[in-house]
Amino acid sequence: MTTIYIDNRPYEVAEGQNLLRACLSLGFNLPYFCWHPAMHSVGACRQCAVKQFKDENDTKGRIVMACMTPASEGTRISIDDPEAKAFRAGVIELLMVNHPHDCPVCDEGGECHLQDMTLMTGHTYRRYRFAKRTHRNQDLGPFVTHEMNRCIACYRCVRFYRDYAGGRDFDVFQWHNNVYFGRQSDGVLENEFSGNLVEVCPTGVFTDKTLARHYARKWDLQTAPSICVHCSVGCNTIPGERYGKLRRIRNRYNREVNGYFLCDRGRYGYEFVNGPQRIRRAMFCYQPETAAEPFGRLAAIERARVLLEPCQHVLGIGSPRASLEANFALWTLVGPDNFYRGVSAKECRLTDTAIDMMRSSDMPAPSLHDVERSDAVLVLGEDLTNTAPMLALAVRHSTLQREIDLTEKLHIHWWDDAAIRVALQQRRGPLFVATPAETKLDDVATHIYHGVPDDLVRFAQAIAEALTAPIRRPEGMSPDLTALVEKVAETLYLAQRPVIVSGVGCGSEELIRAAANIAKALGSAGRRPGLAFAFPECNSVGLGLLGGGSLEEACRVATTDRAAAVVVLENNLFRRVPEPQLRSLVDRSRHLIAIDHEENETTDFAEIVFPSASFAESDGTLVNYEGRAQRFFRVLVGAEETQESWRWIWELLPKEQQAAHAWESFDGIQADLAQTMPAFAPILQTSPRAVVRIVGQKIARQHARFSGRTAIHTDQDVRETPPPVDRDSPLTFSMEGYQRMVPLSIAPRQWAPGWNSPQALPRFQEELRSLQELDYRGQTLIARLPSEESGYFASLPPAFERRPDEWLLISLYHIFGAEELSVLAPAIAQLTPPPYLALHPDDADELGLDQDDEVEVKIGGQTLRLASRWNLSLARGVAGISVGLPGVPPLELPVWAGLKRVVSA
Amino acid sequence: MANIFTTLWRVFRHAFRPRVTVQYPEQKFYLPPRWRGRIILSRDPDGEERCVACYLCAVACPVDCIALQATEDEHGRRYPEFFRINFSRCIFCGFCEEACPTYAIQLTPDMEMSEYRRQDMVYEKEDLLIEGTGKYRDYNYYRVAGLAIGGKDKGEAEREQAPVDLRSLLP
Repeated sequence: MTTIYIDNRPYEVAEGQNLLRACLSLGFNLPYFCWHPAMHSVGACRQCAVKQFKDENDTKGRIVMACMTPASEGTRISIDDPEAKAFRAGVIELLMVNHPHDCPVCDEGGECHLQDMTLMTGHTYRRYRFAKRTHRNQDLGPFVTHEMNRCIACYRCVRFYRDYAGGRDFDVFQWHNNVYFGRQSDGVLENEFSGNLVEVCPTGVFTDKTLARHYARKWDLQTAPSICVHCSVGCNTIPGERYGKLRRIRNRYNREVNGYFLCDRGRYGYEFVNGPQRIRRAMFCYQPETAAEPFGRLAAIERARVLLEPCQHVLGIGSPRASLEANFALWTLVGPDNFYRGVSAKECRLTDTAIDMMRSSDMPAPSLHDVERSDAVLVLGEDLTNTAPMLALAVRHSTLQREIDLTEKLHIHWWDDAAIRVALQQRRGPLFVATPAETKLDDVATHIYHGVPDDLVRFAQAIAEALTAPIRRPEGMSPDLTALVEKVAETLYLAQRPVIVSGVGCGSEELIRAAANIAKALGSAGRRPGLAFAFPECNSVGLGLLGGGSLEEACRVATTDRAAAVVVLENNLFRRVPEPQLRSLVDRSRHLIAIDHEENETTDFAEIVFPSASFAESDGTLVNYEGRAQRFFRVLVGAEETQESWRWIWELLPKEQQAAHAWESFDGIQADLAQTMPAFAPILQTSPRAVVRIVGQKIARQHARFSGRTAIHTDQDVRETPPPVDRDSPLTFSMEGYQRMVPLSIAPRQWAPGWNSPQALPRFQEELRSLQELDYRGQTLIARLPSEESGYFASLPPAFERRPDEWLLISLYHIFGAEELSVLAPAIAQLTPPPYLALHPDDADELGLDQDDEVEVKIGGQTLRLASRWNLSLARGVAGISVGLPGVPPLELPVWAGLKRVVSA
Repeated sequence: MANIFTTLWRVFRHAFRPRVTVQYPEQKFYLPPRWRGRIILSRDPDGEERCVACYLCAVACPVDCIALQATEDEHGRRYPEFFRINFSRCIFCGFCEEACPTYAIQLTPDMEMSEYRRQDMVYEKEDLLIEGTGKYRDYNYYRVAGLAIGGKDKGEAEREQAPVDLRSLLP
């Protein structure tokens, strides 16, 4: 810490950081545009001018840019100096010269950094009387609206899109007064993080296109802290609701998890909550083979109880997309022996193996923040950009880490972004990407290796062996590959904070074990490696920790035991295992009861359907890829009969059990879960109890300026009803409540007086440090085993060899479309590719296939017809299938299968 | 004594002075145009809805009696999908009119608003929207805004240059 003087008063700040950050964290209102807490300083906008003095006798001083000046002992600056103030007001006036008169029709209005800064500097009157410069807009796809007139040329968008997220199809064009930020021509932004432009842009050039379809101002949104449900990373979000509809998702800062950004699947996948496929009422199927019809809540519960009572066994099928509490409720209803995880046996095995490897690792699984700060990363088999996008962004960022460490020798400050990029040129730190096919990380990787999963295992085992693990070295590796193995091993060994990222995406248990081997070998060499696995869904790890059999086992039990009734929780079984296997479960079980929020094949077959709540309408806990349990809060009250799954299940419990399980509120079921399974006890620390009050108040979900309270419902009835009561959390569905800053884990919004935009965040981040004991950043549930030598995994699969008439089918993933819920959002659906089979062009030639020709695949009794595509990165003899996309049935890959060209009649 | 008679005389004289009491409702009295009475939504000089659904009236309203939802036509022009004022809550403070950046919402010199049913005090857009411009005749927000809408392209608003040609090398 060091002492600086601001307007002649001493303050303690961290040494070496820039003055802008120091001033903001001390609570000063210093305007800025181009600085961003994640992208640091470039000194482009000249807005954060302050006056610096040599010493206390210096009365003249000189104007410096706060973002480009380090805080050192005895630095004296003045923010309130009249000359500095006039300078800042002048800059704003110039920036506003061409700014259009758009605020009323601009989606940024009300949370606009430019509005805030203009007000802050006191620029209230336009003196410029000449014509304004105008620009034409571009169509940038379904996510982002472009309105170039509003641009103030701060360059944040290009710095984020190109430098931070690695996009290539967006840049700055033209010069002087005419600079233009956009694409070369109209078209969909290719980068998976393009939605962040909305938050990064300090004004309304980039705005949320999905929000514009049902626009509401920031102050009108009812918000609550939530967790993204579209992958296993568990990014923190703030969804906003108005008139019973979810309107948008914004990023919520969590230093350990997503920091300042979100991926597009997480940001735009929310619209499934408003979709027409939502189930809102309890349904009953009067006759088999007909659609279920609304039945009335109480009647449905009564009917379900009557159906379940005589059944000896009630099978419960849980879900990796349901909360921990919902799964636990089902577990309680059916008993531990009858609880099944609702995913295929293969996925169960893969998840269990990965969790076991995390348990036996010497280090806790690295958070995104740790991955970002890692100085050597090895990606094994996982196409991160498509399966865990924010993890990919962290990996991309990690490639700068080692080089940034080196720039300290050049006396460049870590926040001096432009200088660092000049010093680095194109140099990037070590990143090794070993995957079955090309990934979006390949462009920053130091070395790439493409191979089938078994070859990746051999590659990983060779690295482990090179790190002196007592295992057999794979034979028959090419000299190039051996050199690469040596290089990877050496780099990982020399790194300070190496990280190995793998996942279940390859469908190879051996690969998971081999990745753990490398970590173990590094650990025994005295290093502290991080080991991270990407999982398929938002609560895969939580469900894995809860345990239970696979879906296939449930099918077997249902087939043999004809008395069984089945309760399916938030799960479309037809996405999990092939239909023929499920038939036995669906047709032969006596009764099928589904609890879900989306209509799907499973609810179509169900006798009774209960409308459960989506993430936005419920409270719950999700466990992310590192085993971090995080609480999400209800944003809106579910329409009609919608309620949380665990509440439905509680109503299905026999009366005597209901008394034993006090689940009247969320705290009740959480406490019950923690008591029944002590491994889950840390979830009690993921959020405050519902009784917590701040100065006697609940925390308001609605902004103090929330409008229309006495008019919203008056079209139905002029009498106003009281707001709904929230028994589950210390938040309230009202504007009456605590409105000021609270820790971000329970903060419904990020706001500071005078700072209405997302840029309010750095303004109070530091202030929140004093509240840290109140902050809930999530609790890890992975209890690590005592580090006994549990032995290395020694198996070595044979090297891949082409087969004459068969192809090895592997999984290819897609960020848009491969996830069950987000694909229901229109914006995401628009970017979902049609299902396809990818082949090396030479293989395609052999089969006589052109691009988009139809090809027939026979796998395990199923016949698929897919469009063919060329993929140069696939090895010959390998074919990739776009798994998870609508129209692709569940497959167990990798598997060998024959391909045939379909000759159209 | 004289005082008493003076007072009586003065009171008596008042009996013959002109009356100031107006026989309302048979007789209407004059209300100035700036009177804050029943709220209306006006149209711009071209006959289009002035309201751009910016939500500023709703947020300015101290009793929160305005609710609306923004939407836009195929050319990007914003307008309210619905616009509702609950007059049973309205206190006629005029903040909404002050907040309105387009002169769309205006208070009028009509204060005769009474209903037997409170529900009838809820006015929807079709009840609020008038055919004329109201108090402000000439203002048309979209002529000064930078946004392109149907019939007005980029660079065609007041005090605007033609759009920049990105492929030009000229300074």
